[in-house]
Amino acid sequence: MSTVETATEAGIRPGRIGHDTLRPDGIAKVQGSFNFSSDLGAEGCLWGATLRSPHPYARIVNVDVSAAWKISGVETIITVDDVPGKLTYGLISSDQPVFASEYVRYVGEPIAAVAADHPETCRRALEAIVVTYEVLEPLIDPERAIDGSHPAVHPDGNVIRHQRIVRGDTSITGEIVVEGHYEIGMQDQAFLGLEAALALPDPGGDGVELYVATQWLHEDRKQIAACLGMAEDKIRLVLGGVGGAFGAREDISLQVHTCLLALRTGRPVRIHYDRAESFLGHVHRHPATIWMRHHADGDGKILKIEARFVMDGGAYASTSSAVLINAVTHTQGPYACENAVVDGYAVRTNNLPCGAMRGFGVVQACFAHEGQMDKLAAAVGVSPVEIRLRNAMHTGDRLITGQVVESVAPVERCIRETDAMPMPTEPIGGTDGNPLRLPGGAGLTADTRHIRRGVGFAVAIKNMMYSEGFDDYSTARCRLADGVVTLEFATAEVGQGFVTIAGQIARTILGVDEVVLEPITTRVGSAGSTSASRQTWMSGGAVDAACRKVREQLFEHVAGLWTTDPLRLVIDGTDVVDSFDASRRMPVAEASAGLVLDETLEYRHRPTVDLDEDGQGDCHTAFAFVAHRAVVDVDPELGLVKVVQIATAQDVGMAINPLSVIGQIEGGIAQGLGLAVMEEIVMQGGKVRNASFTDYLLPTMLDMPPVLASLIEEPDPQAPLGAKGVGEPPCISVTPAIVAAIRDAIGKDLHRTPVRPHDIVF
Amino acid sequence: MTIEGIPMNEAYALRVNGSEVPITDAWIGESLLYVLRERVGLTGTKGACEQGECGSCSVLVDGELVCACLVLAASAVEKDIVTVEGISPDGTPTDVQQAFVECGAVQCGFCTPGLIVATHALLEQTPTPTELQVREALSGNICRCTGYGRILDAVAKVAVSRRSVEA
Repeated sequence: MSTVETATEAGIRPGRIGHDTLRPDGIAKVQGSFNFSSDLGAEGCLWGATLRSPHPYARIVNVDVSAAWKISGVETIITVDDVPGKLTYGLISSDQPVFASEYVRYVGEPIAAVAADHPETCRRALEAIVVTYEVLEPLIDPERAIDGSHPAVHPDGNVIRHQRIVRGDTSITGEIVVEGHYEIGMQDQAFLGLEAALALPDPGGDGVELYVATQWLHEDRKQIAACLGMAEDKIRLVLGGVGGAFGAREDISLQVHTCLLALRTGRPVRIHYDRAESFLGHVHRHPATIWMRHHADGDGKILKIEARFVMDGGAYASTSSAVLINAVTHTQGPYACENAVVDGYAVRTNNLPCGAMRGFGVVQACFAHEGQMDKLAAAVGVSPVEIRLRNAMHTGDRLITGQVVESVAPVERCIRETDAMPMPTEPIGGTDGNPLRLPGGAGLTADTRHIRRGVGFAVAIKNMMYSEGFDDYSTARCRLADGVVTLEFATAEVGQGFVTIAGQIARTILGVDEVVLEPITTRVGSAGSTSASRQTWMSGGAVDAACRKVREQLFEHVAGLWTTDPLRLVIDGTDVVDSFDASRRMPVAEASAGLVLDETLEYRHRPTVDLDEDGQGDCHTAFAFVAHRAVVDVDPELGLVKVVQIATAQDVGMAINPLSVIGQIEGGIAQGLGLAVMEEIVMQGGKVRNASFTDYLLPTMLDMPPVLASLIEEPDPQAPLGAKGVGEPPCISVTPAIVAAIRDAIGKDLHRTPVRPHDIVF
Repeated sequence: MTIEGIPMNEAYALRVNGSEVPITDAWIGESLLYVLRERVGLTGTKGACEQGECGSCSVLVDGELVCACLVLAASAVEKDIVTVEGISPDGTPTDVQQAFVECGAVQCGFCTPGLIVATHALLEQTPTPTELQVREALSGNICRCTGYGRILDAVAKVAVSRRSVEA
């Protein structure tokens, strides 16, 4: 009988680093008693709702709210005239209006908000607001934003950022040259827990408390305070339970509106978006067009890469400039390359605003560079795996930005371990004849004899943490009293499991079993954003540092009792032990009896710098790597795809909680699979055609194949716990691997993702 | 409370998790999802698409698994409604709930209550499902976080342990 060795069996104490510790909120979540932001209410609470533009680009001639005021149950109606502070907000540049004033620039732009006694009253009030528009010709084509042929759609202009990268010998040419144009569609984060917030005004209206599902409480507070014209300390944010995020909660959506309605009415107000509104109410993954030309020697070693990126940021900037920088600086992928000429644009159009989504620019770059690697393999006459091994990046190699990759870079190992995973043994359609195993599934459309199987391979590099000189830090507070640790941090728990590993870190460092977590609020300092694969490293680093500081004091106290040197003391299990005399030990509970040791620390990663005009500079902090292999079955007649298996090896540094890491890997793969074969926000003329879960398809349990995963654990010396972020890499190279597998199955050059049935058939 | 043009005076009773719950001053257009959450105060049932695509609002009506967003509350009068809160009424997690936590099937947890209800319904009808049967039965419940692997693992573990208890 085979056995699976778990961390616990390997001798790791339950609840400590390396153990499959269970979520502290798990039981509440399975019983339905966990409070998500949409579950919160208050006595006398009103409903809020938002009026949005039906036009991608129009001048507002008049807004008439008089009829809406007459509807019984309507408590207030607010427009741009009711914004007491700054009229705009934004993560990087403050260019997005709280409410549109003169122009609307995308379908869904907020114009007014109402508060009323029932959601249906709100709906009717919004219907009764009469807006007169002068409809303008929208800017839809990002290339027209660059070439200047369309007038500026925003006072800040149509180009949000232009960045070149020029490195090495730009005149060098290769014996082998491969070239491709690639296109990536607009993906939605599609978290299940819709946008929801509850605002409670202070008596007298000089402050407000906001319960909200967000990724970054303190940044929200900063932007809300500016728009409300209030001091930040008058605004208290509490994390409402977050039903997934994936980047879509990094920008402000309903925060300012909810607070304004509550302050205006003096009553609690909650806003819940429905699914259609959610598609309009948050930013998306940038659609992109990418051209790349790779020059290589006769063996396929890359000599030079040329590339051009155009990323459609939609109507407002959000994080477009950072997404662009991520894309262009990851042009080469996880491969060594000395010479490059890259040109990148992030532009404004009248399409939906785009910003953060898991993978943040690197998803787009990877789709292109991995398409190129397969072309290169074909031109050289070697396998996709071999071409990647020949070019694999190593620690110490330089990026095309000139930055040395100091992170542990087990690229070769990722490739080899992925390649060594067993292939599916079942034949096409399996052995039981069940049509659910075929492309088209329950549609019973496929004839097994016509199905073709293909295999694809792809590899990725992903930066972690914030880049380009951002002062990126996280704060944590640790309090030890009577053997119980209490942790406080503002790290947004969005499902990833930071609340689990925070406890594991504290138990490991301090030798306690009981860890209490304070509510996640703005009462403690900022943790930065739950994004950029950064919280394990950053907030994990902050919790680790705060716990170590408390442990120092505990050791000093015990050393005083034992009249010995505190440096001799260590934690062993739940005891403080003299490492020179193991018979001298004292339980932490006893050692900390009657003491209150309380420390708050900030953790910062090393500084980064802005890119110069040639795209040179150490702009990133650290990197993680991953490889994916996809096996697919394709129905070439109907253009349907069934992903049969995904194999992956991921560079995780160290798995603090292996079970959580597997969860991130499988979940990321599902999102990458979605981008490969089904997920795309379809826009026509600036209007969204599929803002619902009926028309925007998400992978179900029938779409997800078995995943074979290997965790590559080579602790990174730069990381406070040796652990790299694991959230983003899983969703990056899986998309090009699946598309490569489809190409392999049908022998056709597919240059865009998601691959649609007609891309396969025609 | 009144809404112009809509009578807000419906009164009826629902049988939820074995208890009769009077509903008063309601609008006839309210879904079972809305009434459970806003009038009965049972927020374990979640809304995420309001069109029966995601399964977050899965409840049992007379033993049948339905999306509460697609059922008019007033049409469920005299039927037995079971929500996630009624799955483990005494607070002790069921084997399915325990397995979801232990197998890592929960991340953000928004889809979880619906999946718990759907899994109980599946194992009630098909105590020893094949993997494909599990995938088909739960394909109406979208999870955006987990990629489903750990959920499959949890369901399989419950099926196996129930078999061994019977044996």
